[in-house]
Amino acid sequence: MSPRNRRSSERFAETVLDGPLLEVSDLKTHFRTDRGLVKAVNGVSLTLERGRTLGVVGESGSGKTVLSRSIMGLLPKHNVVRSGSVRFEGREIGAGDPRTMRPLWGTEMAMVFQDPMTSLNPVMRIGNQITESLRYHLEVAKDFANETAIALLRSVGIPEPERRMREYPHQLSGGMRQRVTIAIALACGPKLLFADEPTTALDVTVQAQILDLLQAQQRERFMAMILVTHDLGVVAGRADDIAVMYAGEVVEKAPTRTLFTEMRHPYTEALLKSIPKLGDPSHTRLEAIGGRPPDLVDPPPGCKFAPRCPYAQNRCAMEVPVLTESGSSGHAFACFYPVGVGAAPVAGA
Amino acid sequence: MSEPSNSEASTQSVDTQVLLDEVTTAELEVAPTRRIGVAGWLAAAWLIMVVLVAFLVPLLPLDNLNESVASLARQGPFTDGHVFGGDGNGRDLLSRVAWGTRASLEVSVGAVGAGMLIGGFFGLIAGYFRGRLETVLTGLLDVMLAFPQLVLALALVTFLRGDPNQEGGVRLSTVLVLVIALGIVSTPIIARITRASTLTWAQREFVLASRAQGARSFRILFREVLPNVLPAMFSIALLGVAVVIVAEGGLSLLGLGVELPTPSWGNIIALGRNDLRDAPHIVFIPSIAIFITVLALNYLGDVVRAKFDIRESGL
Amino acid sequence: MRFVVRKLVQLTVVLLLVTFISFLLMNLLPGDPVEVIVPFGSDEQRQALREDLNLDDPMITRYWDWLSGLVRGDFGKYYTTSSSRPVSKDLKEALPVSLQLMAYAQIMALAVAIPVGVATAYRAGSRFDKAANTSAFAMLAMPNFAIALLLSYYLGVKLDLLPVTGYRPFGEDQAEHFRRMAMPALSLAVGQIAIYMRLLRSDMIATLQEDFITMAKAKGMRPRRILWRHALRPSSLTLLTVAGLNVGTLIGGAVVIEVIFSLPGIGRLIYEAILSRQYVAVQSFIVVIGAAYVILNFLVDILYSILDPRIRHVRAIQ
Repeated sequence: MSPRNRRSSERFAETVLDGPLLEVSDLKTHFRTDRGLVKAVNGVSLTLERGRTLGVVGESGSGKTVLSRSIMGLLPKHNVVRSGSVRFEGREIGAGDPRTMRPLWGTEMAMVFQDPMTSLNPVMRIGNQITESLRYHLEVAKDFANETAIALLRSVGIPEPERRMREYPHQLSGGMRQRVTIAIALACGPKLLFADEPTTALDVTVQAQILDLLQAQQRERFMAMILVTHDLGVVAGRADDIAVMYAGEVVEKAPTRTLFTEMRHPYTEALLKSIPKLGDPSHTRLEAIGGRPPDLVDPPPGCKFAPRCPYAQNRCAMEVPVLTESGSSGHAFACFYPVGVGAAPVAGA
Repeated sequence: MSEPSNSEASTQSVDTQVLLDEVTTAELEVAPTRRIGVAGWLAAAWLIMVVLVAFLVPLLPLDNLNESVASLARQGPFTDGHVFGGDGNGRDLLSRVAWGTRASLEVSVGAVGAGMLIGGFFGLIAGYFRGRLETVLTGLLDVMLAFPQLVLALALVTFLRGDPNQEGGVRLSTVLVLVIALGIVSTPIIARITRASTLTWAQREFVLASRAQGARSFRILFREVLPNVLPAMFSIALLGVAVVIVAEGGLSLLGLGVELPTPSWGNIIALGRNDLRDAPHIVFIPSIAIFITVLALNYLGDVVRAKFDIRESGL
Repeated sequence: MRFVVRKLVQLTVVLLLVTFISFLLMNLLPGDPVEVIVPFGSDEQRQALREDLNLDDPMITRYWDWLSGLVRGDFGKYYTTSSSRPVSKDLKEALPVSLQLMAYAQIMALAVAIPVGVATAYRAGSRFDKAANTSAFAMLAMPNFAIALLLSYYLGVKLDLLPVTGYRPFGEDQAEHFRRMAMPALSLAVGQIAIYMRLLRSDMIATLQEDFITMAKAKGMRPRRILWRHALRPSSLTLLTVAGLNVGTLIGGAVVIEVIFSLPGIGRLIYEAILSRQYVAVQSFIVVIGAAYVILNFLVDILYSILDPRIRHVRAIQ
């Protein structure tokens, strides 16, 4: 075993194997800009068990992309203020120090990016992009790395993998490229996969294939996955739990079935209404969410969704609702006047 | 392939991503010299001084340019009240460098001015009228760029000047020869920049609007397009003057600079090279003059470029 | 393949034009070329020169004869009052010297500029970055002849570290060869370092913002590997083009530098030919330089498409 691997294995000697895989508590990620401090992620707590899938849903600007990058420690140090705790297999990695994180990146946690047109190196052969992490992390021989890469490409559904190994990204279609990035992410067998809007940049016809592939791989490898999307429909059949984010905060989280049957937060409701459903008669009007996401430098006081919320009362503009668990089965939401419960104030009351 | 090509993927921009990019870009980009700043004013002050010296040198209280004093030969700065000391022949170096400013500026401003007129005109009409005219013009200019600049200048000076001692033929002063040669060399570069800038401005709404109103082409070209193209031309002109000052120095070292006894920064250096061992100041003082002038011109060129947001892609 | 054919056609056209312009130079001479070249020659000698230059033929015939002479390796002659000798021999001896000088300068410039450019991009905004940028800006304003004279004064005269003039072939004495080439090459390299460094820095900063760099980071690659293996190559395309184009600057600089350091290269030959009014020889040197430069840029274009597979692909489609 190489010194590099030995070091990382020593580091994980005390790894706790029975706790949750990932525990995020009160994670904040703020950016210093000319306009002021942008509170992109503002106190998010999450728990993820091994082999489970968590869907993180929110519109553009809700902080979901920053959240996944922040958990993984991929943000630049400069002008980024990060606080809170991130525990991976019981170990604190909240500081996000690259030297601590590097042994985890690729081997323990990996990421599939949004746009496969830009996330592959244009001047490196596909094969090298897959084998480099194998050879670097696992220090396997070149031939073995090549065979593994070919097997990986085959497993993500790429025909003629031997030929593809020698090709450059521009020679592949968008869907194929995303399959390649998935193969790269899976190469070293990570325990946690972040999929950051993995289908947003793809043709509609390909989106379902890629999502199915991710799900199949996740199950086969008993890998945990955080699936980030703006589309509730994407996570509906695929995530075990769902966290809905708004303006850098989680406003509702629940097991998937519970969320869809008993959604409480008006924002979740609005999100659901904004996606088309197959069952609807054609020409059913989709309801766009009125207004714009709040300014993250200077957010409104009180509930940040209040200015856009159809149910908002005076209190919503003044007090901040706290994410509170209600009932059983881990359903939590941050709202004073949740939908489907009647007018009685609930959270933080 | 089972999946359709997706080369024009709808890259829905996610705000957070944009935000992230802004942060990292802001973090990485060292602020461009957008404001003129202290350094900018210093640069401008130096250039103004250089220009004033070039114009007013006959009025300045300087020693005789060509008077040799044997005791002053190769003497360093501050010898007997000669601030820059003497040159190899015992002439006052201050006076020679001051007069040299005039010749160096005549050559550089003259050459770049000529390049601006010819290259600017070609660039404007190539960028505005497009079509076959543009193809022919850019082709011609590209061929001129196929020569290394200094070598083309050297060739032109050599052959335009001919043998100085020979009778007959049309004799041009070396300053004029240098202006012509270096003007020809700078033409394609200026034309290229002007064309690139014209291309972008010629498609703007206000130009199209006056076209639609039936304004004459040349009127549009000079009244609407040219004023907007001028900043780009001006920034390249500043750099051009710097390049030509250096080129005159290089040509002087090859014996092709301004002809003695007229001093130029370049030929003072060329002549001083013989005394480098004993009197390095003869070479270094005009070299420093060139260095500071070029530095100032480059700096102001950058300032102009940043101020008018001129992209370098046209270069 | 069509890409290469089209490029070759283009190359031929430009070469013809470049040679034609060089050919026309002789017509710029004020007065009769024969009078200028051999002012004191005998009548027979003048007649011989007149025939060498085909001065009595129409221009296009003259061009064609001259050009086919060049292709056959006939670069004209040096004419003195009593005799003449071919230029080609001198050219053949001088060419390697000039090429060595330029190659060393280019290697030196890239060897400094690439690591510094990469480091400044990686640490953009740091004190090191600012210092490097300021120095680059100053270096850009230094004429190469001033650097050459400065070096020869301090390293050559004052410290007596390196010989100020002269050349030693590589085959004869390698150490001495490099001792004598060090200052000339450095004088040429300084300006290039600044250009290359600034260029690579800005391209590299742009590349480091790319998704595929974050991807490489997320793969757990070390910064050094990300910089050199992932970011450098996509950032080096402009650098390569400019390095190719800058050979023009390098050639012009080499002419001056060779004269300053008395290196027996083409620049030195041009200088001597100008001094002794050998216009036929000057013309040959200029056409050789022009043609070499055109061919070099052609090669850079080809190399460019090898470095960036995207271009190869796009051009193949065209």
